[in-house]
Parts: sequence; C-alpha cells; structure tokens
Amino acid sequence: MKLKQTIIAASLAAAAATTAGTAQAQVSDGVIKIGVMNDMSSLYADIAGPGSVIAARMAIEDFGAAKKGMKVEVLSADHQNKPDVGSQIANQWYDVDKVDAIFDVPTSSVALAVNEITKKKGKAFLVSGAATSDLTGKACSPNTIHWTYDTWMLANGTGSAIVKTGGDSWFFLTADYAFGHALERDTEAVVLKGNGKVLGKVRHPLNAQDFSSFLLQAQASKAKIVGLANAGGDTTNSIKQAAEFGIVKGGQSLAGMLVFISDIHGLGLNTAQGLIFTETFYWDLNDQTRDWTKRFVAQSKGKYPTMVQAGVYSSVMHYLKAVEAAKTDDGTKVINQMKAMPTDDVLFGKGSIRKDGRKIHPAYLVEVKKPAESKGPYDYYKVRATIPADQAFRPEKDGGCNL
Amino acid sequence: MTEIFGVPTQALFGQLLIGLINGSFYALLSLGLAVIFGLLNIINFTHGAQYMMGAFVAYLLASKAGVGYWWALAVVPVVVGATGIVIERLMLAKLYKLDHLYGLLLTFGLALIIQGLFRNEYGTSGLPYAMPSELSGGRNLGFMFLPNYRAWVIVASLAICIGTWFVIERTKLGSYLRAATENPALVQAFGINVPRMITLTYGFGVALAALAGVMAAPIYQVSPQMGADLIIVVFAVVVIGGMGSILGSILTGFGLGVIEGLTKVFYPEASNTVIFVIMAIVLMIKPAGLFGAQK
Repeated sequence: MKLKQTIIAASLAAAAATTAGTAQAQVSDGVIKIGVMNDMSSLYADIAGPGSVIAARMAIEDFGAAKKGMKVEVLSADHQNKPDVGSQIANQWYDVDKVDAIFDVPTSSVALAVNEITKKKGKAFLVSGAATSDLTGKACSPNTIHWTYDTWMLANGTGSAIVKTGGDSWFFLTADYAFGHALERDTEAVVLKGNGKVLGKVRHPLNAQDFSSFLLQAQASKAKIVGLANAGGDTTNSIKQAAEFGIVKGGQSLAGMLVFISDIHGLGLNTAQGLIFTETFYWDLNDQTRDWTKRFVAQSKGKYPTMVQAGVYSSVMHYLKAVEAAKTDDGTKVINQMKAMPTDDVLFGKGSIRKDGRKIHPAYLVEVKKPAESKGPYDYYKVRATIPADQAFRPEKDGGCNL
Repeated sequence: MTEIFGVPTQALFGQLLIGLINGSFYALLSLGLAVIFGLLNIINFTHGAQYMMGAFVAYLLASKAGVGYWWALAVVPVVVGATGIVIERLMLAKLYKLDHLYGLLLTFGLALIIQGLFRNEYGTSGLPYAMPSELSGGRNLGFMFLPNYRAWVIVASLAICIGTWFVIERTKLGSYLRAATENPALVQAFGINVPRMITLTYGFGVALAALAGVMAAPIYQVSPQMGADLIIVVFAVVVIGGMGSILGSILTGFGLGVIEGLTKVFYPEASNTVIFVIMAIVLMIKPAGLFGAQK
C-alpha cells in the first residue's frame, strides 16, 4: 500500500516537472537564459560557487537589462567537479531549459567537456573558473571565450618572477587531473626557459587531505622551490602542512601557482605571509573595484570576491552588451560580436578578446602582507608588479589554435 | 645509499611513519564506528560530520572564547558527545528494532544536513586553527623531520585506542555492555539500565569522533567537508577490520595508513583508491572482515 502511494506521488511529481519544463520552453525565445555552473559544495565552492551567481546577477542589474526591456534569467547548478555531471547539466540546459550561454565552470576537466558540448550545439561558453590554457590552445572553439586567467598566465607571472630571483630548481606537487597537468606543463616550460631545472614531481589525487607524504618527497628532492600545481583546499592544506614539516624553515620556498584570496583568508596571514602569486583582480585596486566589492560583500555574507567571481561579472556584462549589439542570442554570432567589440568594465578596465578566444587584460604579481601590515578585513595583498595585458597571456601563435 | 624499488630506504622509513600518523586518525575514527556498531547495531554515517563538528567547536572556542587547544581536547568531546546523546534519544532509539538500513539512512541524512548547515555558514575554504605552542616545531630524526604535533597525534591516539579496547574487553563495565548487546532483556532483568547504557555508548562513540576532530584541526583546514572526505575511507577500514570488532578496527586503521603511505611513494595516483582495492579483496576472501566473527 505504502509503495503504491509512493509510486503515485512520484509520477505526479514527474508529470508536474514536465509541464513546468514545457512552460519555460515556450517563453524561451523572448528570454536570455544564462547558466552559471560551478562547484557549489566542495573544495572550489568559495572560489566560484554561489559568489559567481551573485556576480552574474550584479552584472545583469548594472547592465540595466530591465530598463532596456531585455528579459534575462539566471540558472545555476553544481557540477561537483565531475565531467560527467557537468556534461549532463550542459546538455539538459541547452536542450531542455533553452539556456543560451554557460558561465564560469571551474575545474578544467569539466570545462573541457562543456567546451565540446557547446561547440556541437552552437551555443556560447564563457569560462572564468577553469584554468587550463588548452581552452585557447589545442581545444579552442569558436563558441568559447576564456575570460579571467589561465595556466600559462600563472606560470609566466609567478614562475618567471621566481626563476628571476634565483629559484632555479623545482619540485612539483600536482593535482592529478587536466588542470594540474596543464599548470605543471606550463610552469615547467617557464622554468626550463629560465635555465632552471625540475628535480621531480608527484601527482596527488584531487581533494587530498594529507600532503605530508608528498611534502616529504619534495623535501628529499632538495629543490629550492616546491611548486604547488593545485588549487583551493589542496593548496591551503599543502601550505599549512609545509609549514608544519619545516619546509620553509629548511630553506625551501613554496610557490603557490594558483592561489585565491579565499585561500589566504582560510589560511590566515600568519601562515600565508610572504607568498607570491599572480592574480588578475584584487578588490583593493582602485575606487571602482572597492565600490563594486562593497556591493558584492553586502550580498555574500561578508566574503570578498575572488578573481573568478569578478570574471563572471565582467563576462556576463560583455555578453549582454554583445547580445544587445548583435540583436540575437545565437551562440556563435554573439561570441563573434564579443570578439569584435573592445571590453570595458569597472573590474578589469579596458581590454579585448583575441580570435582564439583569449580575453586580454593586465595581471598582478602580488605578495601576501604580514599580519601587522594588514589594516582591515581582507587587506591581504601588496601588488609587487603589474604585467601588461599584451605580455600577461600566451602569444596567439604559440597556442596551436587553428581558428 | 641502499634503495628499495628505486626509493632510498631512509625516505621509506619517513613514509612509514607518516603512514602511521594518518593511520592513527583512521584508527580513532573507525574505533568510534566500531563501538557504535558493535553495541548499538547502528551504522553511524553521521560520524564524519561529528568529526567535523569537533574541529569546528574547537575553532569556535578558540576564536570566540579564547579557549585553547588543551581545554578543547577535554571540552569538545563532551559538547559534541552531548549532541550525539540528543540524537540518540530523539531519533536513533526508535530504530533499534528495525533493519540496519533505517539507521544508516537516518544518520546519512543527518550528516548531509549538518554539513550543509556548516557550509552555508562558513563556506568551504576552511578556517585556520593555530597549533598549540607547546607542540609546534619538530625534531630531525635523521631520516625525516618529524613535527612534534604529529608525534603527539600517534601517542595520543594509541593511548585512547588501547584504553577503549581495555574498557570494553577487560572491565566489568565493558562486560555489561557486551552482555547488553547479546541479550538486553536478560541484562535488564539483573537491574542494569540498558537504554541509558546504550545512550551513553553512542555519546562516547561520538565523543571519540569529536576528539579526532580536535586533533585534526591544527593540521588540516577546519572545513565543513573535512569529515565527508574521510568517512568513506574510514568505513572501508571498518569493513576490512570486521564490522564491530574493536581490536580489528584499531589494527586495520594503523595498517591501512601505512599501506596508503607506501602507495603515495610508489604510485601516488592510486593513493586514494588503494584502500578500496584492499577492501574488495578482503571481502572476497573473508566476507566478515579480517577480525570479524562469522555469524
């Protein structure tokens, strides 16, 4: 009896869900639907997560969509850092929910999968969270723009700064998936180019808790620099445990290849001070970024924006401008329009998008402040150098993109 | 330098020691699970969340009330254990007569709710917890640098494991507990308050998880999903050791820590799957686990 009731209830619910789906599909033509897909619940959730959705909504508001009579809807989903889950969401969004463009998508393996699906379906994909430089290299697509940063830029910014100051022997701790491999490859190239050498590398599973074993191997290698080709919780745990195992006291230095402001907040300045890495956005750059951040923080329970979330804002803004100019939401046409127009927003300033889909803007080499130097909440960085837009990213001819 | 499969023996000693340290967390957590399963027949999926709560309560005590690590070691297990007692009284107590599956589903659901609440409040990047100053630093053992804190983790968890095993297997109180699992009606007839004993046992199991959480706080980031990642491995440990076997879970915890540590040297890519491979093999050869009794 109970089972029967459950089955009836389940089929009613399923029927209701289907009708809701068709109702949405009918109005889809009059609506621009954007989907923010990222990690909402695991190690990258503070880097992208709900904050990216807030940023997307802010962009729609600042663009003035409502005043211009444009209807823009935001959907969001959690891909759990799994390419199969991400692919399924992308298919569902494009085919059933009539989503026009997907934004953010951290975790390179997932982004590469969504990249393929978007190309096949002729939609638009604006990557902020994922890092692999393959998105504008051998996997480049006429339907994808890589917005905020990439592994080449990180390697070039952080790697060459370290090699120049004498860090010429490296040992890599690499997250064992597409992103880690790309970051390690791009950094290794920079090290070798600067006449440095790589003494060894170890690949750890994504979302590992304990790094002591890997750190011990790094210690035994006697390399001057321990390069962390990982991100999020993996990076913070590596840094924390490296301090514990006396890596830095023993004369080796850590190079966090991809570090976000949320990681520094999680580590605390005591542990993180002195770290050097590259970012393309910092909230405290100028009055505009500070004002924007104030509005963001009011909605994010006090969490300050990462460069990924800032990138989502900037990419949604430019996407909407392009839709307005091209008078269509056809994926391929909008992407072409985006490449044709110069970019300009309060967070990244003026910039442009190359033919291979690479968005170009300056990058900042930052150093984490000492606890005594920090004056207020999230006052964490000193900007040591600004890498101009035309030098921050991989030259178009070196990427191997055939667009 | 002598080498084994291309790895210097000195480095190997270091890795064995690291394995033991990680194993002590596995042992502490699987011990709590084994106690709860052995005496209550509940598969406590909330264990990981309770471990996480332990770390968080320690963090909150330190940041809001200025209570340090040593006090946290004493206070946190009591606080989190008390929440366990509430859960047992209000919810688990109604499930004892039903199939294992109900307890598993309830505790699994609770774990998701607790983790979701903490994630909503604190995000996922984790929070810092300072190492107690008495245990910071470390010593050079010749073959490796051993942080003092890690040495303390091994010693403390060994002591707790042995103590728990002793109480349950070698004391009068333990014999009551074991008798109450075998035949609650008979033990009750002797004038022992069995329901209260069961409640306290669950509270104790939860307190063990919380204690492990406090010990983990200074080395791992205090984050809402820290338990979710660990609990699956710990369940594998319990299954390999034999569900409900106290000694089995302790020995397997340490043993698997060492095996996992060695995998990190010889083939790091497989380090998060090796335990499950072992579990599959053990289940094929000895379905009741290495130390479990065939029923």
